[in-house]
Amino acid sequence: MAGVKNFESWIRPQPAGLFCIPGNFYIDPILPVERAIITHAHSDHARPGMDAILATSETLNIMKIRLGDGAPQRPHPLKLGENIKIGDVEVSLSPAGHILGSAQVVMSYDGQRAVVSGDYKRSSDATCTPFEVVNCDLFVTEATFGLPIFSFGDATQEIRKLLNSVEMFPERTHQIGVYGLGKCQRVISLLRAANYDRPIWLHGAMRATCDYYTRCGIQLGDLKPVSEASSKLRGEIVLGPPSALGEIWSRRFEDPVNCLASGWMQVRGRARQRNIELPMVISDHSDWSELLKTIDETGASDLWVTHGREEALVYEAGKRGINAKALSLVGREDEAE
Amino acid sequence: MRAFAILLDRLSYMPSRLGKLELLKNYFRSTPDPDRGFALAALSDAIPIKVPLRRIIIELSADKFDPYLFGLSRDYVGDSAETLALIWPQKETHQPPPPLGEIIATLLPLKTVQLAPVISRWLDQCNAVERWALLKFLSGASRVGVSARLAKTALADAFSCDLHDIEEMWHGVSPPYFSLFAWLEGKGDKPVSSGVPIFKPLMLSNPLEDQLLHSIDISEFAVEWKWDGIRVQFSRAGGVTKLFSRSGDDISTTFPELIADQIFDGILDGELLVMQNNIVAPFADLQQRLNRKSVTAAMLKKFPAHIRLYDALQLDGKDLRELGFDERRKRLEYWFKKQQSHHTDLSPILKIKDKSELLHLWSNIREEGIEGLMLKRRATAYLQGRQQGHWYKWKRSPLVADCVLLYAQRGAGKRSSFYSDYTFGAWKDEDGNRVLVPVGKAYSGFTDEELRKIDRFIRENTIQKFGPVRSVKPELVFEVAFDAINLSGRHKSGVAMRFPRISRIRWDKPAAEADTLDSLLKLVEGRVVDNLK
Repeated sequence: MAGVKNFESWIRPQPAGLFCIPGNFYIDPILPVERAIITHAHSDHARPGMDAILATSETLNIMKIRLGDGAPQRPHPLKLGENIKIGDVEVSLSPAGHILGSAQVVMSYDGQRAVVSGDYKRSSDATCTPFEVVNCDLFVTEATFGLPIFSFGDATQEIRKLLNSVEMFPERTHQIGVYGLGKCQRVISLLRAANYDRPIWLHGAMRATCDYYTRCGIQLGDLKPVSEASSKLRGEIVLGPPSALGEIWSRRFEDPVNCLASGWMQVRGRARQRNIELPMVISDHSDWSELLKTIDETGASDLWVTHGREEALVYEAGKRGINAKALSLVGREDEAE
Repeated sequence: MRAFAILLDRLSYMPSRLGKLELLKNYFRSTPDPDRGFALAALSDAIPIKVPLRRIIIELSADKFDPYLFGLSRDYVGDSAETLALIWPQKETHQPPPPLGEIIATLLPLKTVQLAPVISRWLDQCNAVERWALLKFLSGASRVGVSARLAKTALADAFSCDLHDIEEMWHGVSPPYFSLFAWLEGKGDKPVSSGVPIFKPLMLSNPLEDQLLHSIDISEFAVEWKWDGIRVQFSRAGGVTKLFSRSGDDISTTFPELIADQIFDGILDGELLVMQNNIVAPFADLQQRLNRKSVTAAMLKKFPAHIRLYDALQLDGKDLRELGFDERRKRLEYWFKKQQSHHTDLSPILKIKDKSELLHLWSNIREEGIEGLMLKRRATAYLQGRQQGHWYKWKRSPLVADCVLLYAQRGAGKRSSFYSDYTFGAWKDEDGNRVLVPVGKAYSGFTDEELRKIDRFIRENTIQKFGPVRSVKPELVFEVAFDAINLSGRHKSGVAMRFPRISRIRWDKPAAEADTLDSLLKLVEGRVVDNLK
């Protein structure tokens, strides 16, 4: 590619979010806009009140379920790998491996290719399409776990830890704090893969997304709402939002074991701060080595870091000869908090 | 090593004491010698090697990691050892990490400069939890929420023996405690120690309830002041002097002036105090001296330690515990006159004619600045533990103040869905405005039913949430009881309460009528007057 690359001439951060000038659309804007592409349906990326939205059909469906009237007025589904021309920009979506429907936004313009990856992970997950590397000049990445202390091992080990604990404390309820979209279904799917076939009990907030995953053909087994439980659910596994663990909701269970499935559980202080008795290191983001591996594999000469612990990642990319900078986009949340 | 890592990991997250005991019991029963012995040593701060861990962590991290990335990581984690454990690359290795016994045996003969490469090789053999546990082990397993006493209690439970027996032999055995475990498992004789100073379990007192006071015959009891210090055992044998805390922890190095140049032979029971010009200093001064590994000359001068003796368990090789209190006291006084051990004196026996005099004395204690009275049955032998009917403590009545609930924090374990830890404040004038300043924290003194009501109040009157803490509209008044209040430079209000607890919940009282900081300051005691004989 010839000459000095000037990505800012066609893609740049603005108060509402990352904006593609020749295509006249935003990506994951935090304010209501007319035209945008949404990478995935987590609430910090998919906000209410948008007009025309391009995304995978799964993302659009989940937005409809979660946002109701706040869902996009004019949804435009795009299949993974399908190309579309928006203004002068060639656009396609490529799987991000983060949650069901999550996609990277691939944009080609003026001989340059930029990929906005949204949130992504490289480890295996039966509930979504695995991440695909796309060669590009500019790679826009997250850095939620962008420190070398984050190294997420095999999630099945964490499930084994949970099942051991259930066996050891058969008289107690294990309540697991999980983010309702993605983490919840992944934990259920991992439990099923570990041959756990008892009913799994759900907080009301988890129901609709689990139903949608099931409709998409992802097997989650027997799920029951906690509101229909006639006992204190001794020895059972219950999934609820992390905020419900220490709340009145949890008093209905028998001497509950507080568990939390999150990448943050790798740091002891984080788990202790939240009174977590059984931390489960399961993340739907990339750890440090996955971030670096991905950046290397894209072959990008330029790296923009949207949110997270960007100093370390920008620094490390710089050491590897990549032009890296932090965008410090506002409005992004840490996982499961 | 692997079993120890799992133990330490689970202990660090286990909220309940019973759960911790269960984990420890299982470990002691199922782990072979010498590993369980070295684990016990680590948990009771008796590990037989000294590893300059901070320096080694700096050395290893500087050698292997980018200092900028390590620094960012350390700032995020907040602990260097944990950071190193997490950042260390996971190696594919088939060699398991070494057992604790091998770790000790390998490190013992090494010089300080030789330690880092060996530890580095072991870290390569570990997973992340094991790396953390290895570093914790080398630092003496500090801050995993297990006290030496809890470890000993688990040991007693695991092998169905008396905790007192373990406490009594504790300072005569050493890691990895082969003889102790052999005896616990019925494979060896009870370890005996001679020629070394040991700890013998203390005789403890029960609170004197009102109805009890009516039923006891006062002439059968010796009466002493209850001093406001900490209970200690002063033990000397074979030319070595030791100071033990009430739970049998060796605190000798913290009080070098007491240990130096003593000449007695025996085991004495008394109160550790800070004394200035023959006057007992406030408890806050004693706190300055506690829990320090080393003491500066300035500290020694500013807060000189003293032991006020009140009993003797053993003197000149004779075990006195079978004797009655009066007889032991006689021997203590005789010995004291003869020996005049320095930095010590005797707690006086108070002459009481009858109950009305006793009551009078007790009700005036607040003025005299002493914690209360002790009643000891004259005929009773020195018994281990808290036995009914022999020793009574009669604490002076507590002070109370009406304070306003400001912040609430969720509890742990069974209380984890309840706001059960309260910060409360008193009124203060600031530039003509009345503001509430925090004066203390309490998490006891209420029933489960009251807790539910307070929890509901907090949820309905929350101003702001900060993680597990909520700030609350200043509307609920607690009557707070506390034993004393001291001036404190560490607290914003300038005061610190001792043993604050909620004595009543004043749903009826408007917050504006709660107490002021000025009225609390009036309750601060000056120097305690001594010589009340």
